[in-house]
Amino acid sequence: MAERIPTIIADNAHIIYRVVGAGSPGSGSPLASFKRIVTGTKSAAVREVHAVKGVSFVAYRGEAIGLIGSNGSGKSTLLRAIAGLLPVEKGGHIYAAGQPSLLGVNAALMNDLSGERNVVLGCLAMGMSPAEVKTKTQSIIDFSGINERGDFSSLPMRTYSSGMSARLRFSIAAAKKHDVLLIDEALATGDAKFRRRSEQRVRDLRAEAGTVFLVSHSEQSIRDTCERTIWLESGVIRADGETEAVMQEYEEYMRK
Amino acid sequence: MSQTTVVRTETGESLEQLARRHGLASAGALPSLRQYAQQIWAYRHFITSYANARVTSALGTTHLGMLWQVLTPLFNAAVYYVIFGVILNTKAGVGNFIAYLCCGVFIYNFTSTVVSAGVQGITSNLGLIRALNFPRAALPISIVLVEVRNLVASMAVLLTIVLVTGEPITYQWLYVIPALFLQTLFNAGLAMFGARLGSKVIDIKNLVPFLMRIWMYTSAVLYPVQRFTDHLHGWKLELLEANPLLVYIELIRHALLENVQLAGSPRRLWVEGLVWAVVVFSVGFVFFWRGEKGYGRG
Repeated sequence: MAERIPTIIADNAHIIYRVVGAGSPGSGSPLASFKRIVTGTKSAAVREVHAVKGVSFVAYRGEAIGLIGSNGSGKSTLLRAIAGLLPVEKGGHIYAAGQPSLLGVNAALMNDLSGERNVVLGCLAMGMSPAEVKTKTQSIIDFSGINERGDFSSLPMRTYSSGMSARLRFSIAAAKKHDVLLIDEALATGDAKFRRRSEQRVRDLRAEAGTVFLVSHSEQSIRDTCERTIWLESGVIRADGETEAVMQEYEEYMRK
Repeated sequence: MSQTTVVRTETGESLEQLARRHGLASAGALPSLRQYAQQIWAYRHFITSYANARVTSALGTTHLGMLWQVLTPLFNAAVYYVIFGVILNTKAGVGNFIAYLCCGVFIYNFTSTVVSAGVQGITSNLGLIRALNFPRAALPISIVLVEVRNLVASMAVLLTIVLVTGEPITYQWLYVIPALFLQTLFNAGLAMFGARLGSKVIDIKNLVPFLMRIWMYTSAVLYPVQRFTDHLHGWKLELLEANPLLVYIELIRHALLENVQLAGSPRRLWVEGLVWAVVVFSVGFVFFWRGEKGYGRG
């Protein structure tokens, strides 16, 4: 058997968030702030969240990997670090082939702009050339299906329903051929028809020899698209293996 | 705490060796300065369309829309005209005081708006930063581009005011272009410096209004620079006259107005303007680049 080609290698990755403005009760008055500065106690407003604690794994080309775990277990944070959007603490590394792209429902586009201009902006932000953007804009809008109920692509995105804007975001990110595609709950939005279409697109992207990471709470969509699953709990990998085996373990754990 | 899962690679080498053998790059590695500049150049279309998008989203929700780009400097000039021209009837020993004043106000505003938007350039775009991968310097640079667009509109207003108040058109008007170019470089450096500083020390944004007000009063915006020479001597005066904003304002006044007394000889002002632009731009760029990989942390 030929050696499999790794695309993502996480080597003892720790990720720490700094959260500013997490005020605890009693820290809201000017006097309290002053007292804090005078006594030299650490600011209660800045908290550190140790979201991912020493994660290591190797992902190979052609794999689709599901990431599961309860809320707040560090799945989205890990995806962001893989995409190079969050720094990994010293001592650990995440290595990647090419530039992984994150596709999440909270990917911020500009709400005051029309859907079409957001498509152009999103494509440029992914590093496409203007000529490439021009040829792809229409197919992205068609794929998202936002024009099925009339001409929505020329309306500002703030007028879209949450399902529509999630569909548009997915369509933008899926327009590019990615070495590594990281999908964060994106498939859980949209109607059944769009979900089928997007699952087909994820399969196509995989066939183009990329690697796909999928974070989802929908056990069905992970079972359908991924053959390998990593289970993350409190920032630590609990299990890493075939989807069916990990899923059974996970379901047992969640039933408790 | 460190429950490290041991991952065995197929060939028994360490993860780092495996990554190196397959040419995988560490996600946290800083690009070289040269590579970084190339990345920014590759993203130039994103930068310009993002700048346009910011203008559209700021003005697109108003009824008058893009007209505000011209109306804002016009109202600005009108306010100063009413106060200094009509109510106080200030002459301050300057022949054409209204035009003199407007040069100062518009040039000051260019830097002032860049600085106040720049220090929030990272913090107000965290969503974008945590979602997409692009050279982060695109954000402060696009802030500068937005203000350049506004500047073009306010320059049109300024030239009209200068003409209406009776100044002749001379070839010296052309000096406006290199002067504004130098100020733009200077502002870009400030925006990048401020963006990184503002992302680390978030409280800075509350200090910016005060800093900018001090900077305004020391830049001879509302009164001629000769006010300072009456009170200050030696190094204090030297320091004040080296003030980059004062230099850029004086360069514009020199280009557009006849019979103005400048803070220094034109040659000296040009040299100072050039040095400030190159130094601040380089320092700002390098400072911003050093923090490139950490902006997503918040």
